[in-house]
Amino acid sequence: MTEQRVSYTLDSTLETVDSAEQAASRIASEAGFDDDEVMRIAMAVREAAVNAVLHGNAYDPGKKVSLAFERIGENLVITIRDQGKGLDPDKIPDPLAPENLLKTSGRGIFLIRSFMDEVQISPSQTGTEIKLIKHVPGPSEGAKEASQ
Amino acid sequence: MSMKTSTRQVNGVTIVDCSGRITLGEGSVTLKDVVRDLLSKGQKKILLNLGDVNYIDSSGIGELVSAFTTVRNQGGELKLLNLTKKVHDLLQITKLYTVFDVKDDEAGAIKSFS
Repeated sequence: MTEQRVSYTLDSTLETVDSAEQAASRIASEAGFDDDEVMRIAMAVREAAVNAVLHGNAYDPGKKVSLAFERIGENLVITIRDQGKGLDPDKIPDPLAPENLLKTSGRGIFLIRSFMDEVQISPSQTGTEIKLIKHVPGPSEGAKEASQ
Repeated sequence: MSMKTSTRQVNGVTIVDCSGRITLGEGSVTLKDVVRDLLSKGQKKILLNLGDVNYIDSSGIGELVSAFTTVRNQGGELKLLNLTKKVHDLLQITKLYTVFDVKDDEAGAIKSFS
């Protein structure tokens, strides 16, 4: 598998959220994921971009969102970085807890974790980096799944 | 594609036919405005037909929850009709499928309103 990297620097706007989702959809599709997985990956990227634009950079026009897609070995690795105050993943309430079920926000990170194989959140004082990793099924795995 | 809605009345129930995407920004604002408008007119039996909603993000889910609780707090009922598989799966993994009253038959859904 060839190593590839595509990166973008984006403004802190709602358009960035749509652009990130569209780029993720295209790249995941080109990487060979099926339609359902493409949708899940694109949604995970959308949710991470929403967090970066809204909660990280808080729509600050002076702050940027960086987005990178890489093929590393058998993985598609997507990195989204903002320039906000840093998101503490330990302080995110469990959206499945009964007392949180009817809250109107707080499901983004949960959905990201549900849709990706691995999620690494690295907060710092200069922003939050979130790394989304999805294993790319090889031709042999696809054939095995298809024959089952 | 952004979200579009149209409303119709059947036996005292307002059916809101939704299509497109319920996402952060335009889609979730549209849903909020429609529900607020119906409540202001005293229409508190609301059936959201999501049969043509092909995508919803966490903000859209949040807006559905907000609509549900807002209507309920005003003594009304809001139910969901014709979920696509994607929306159904999202409500399942977020454990909201059992919170909402979800229907797959319009006539039956209309009869179910008290």
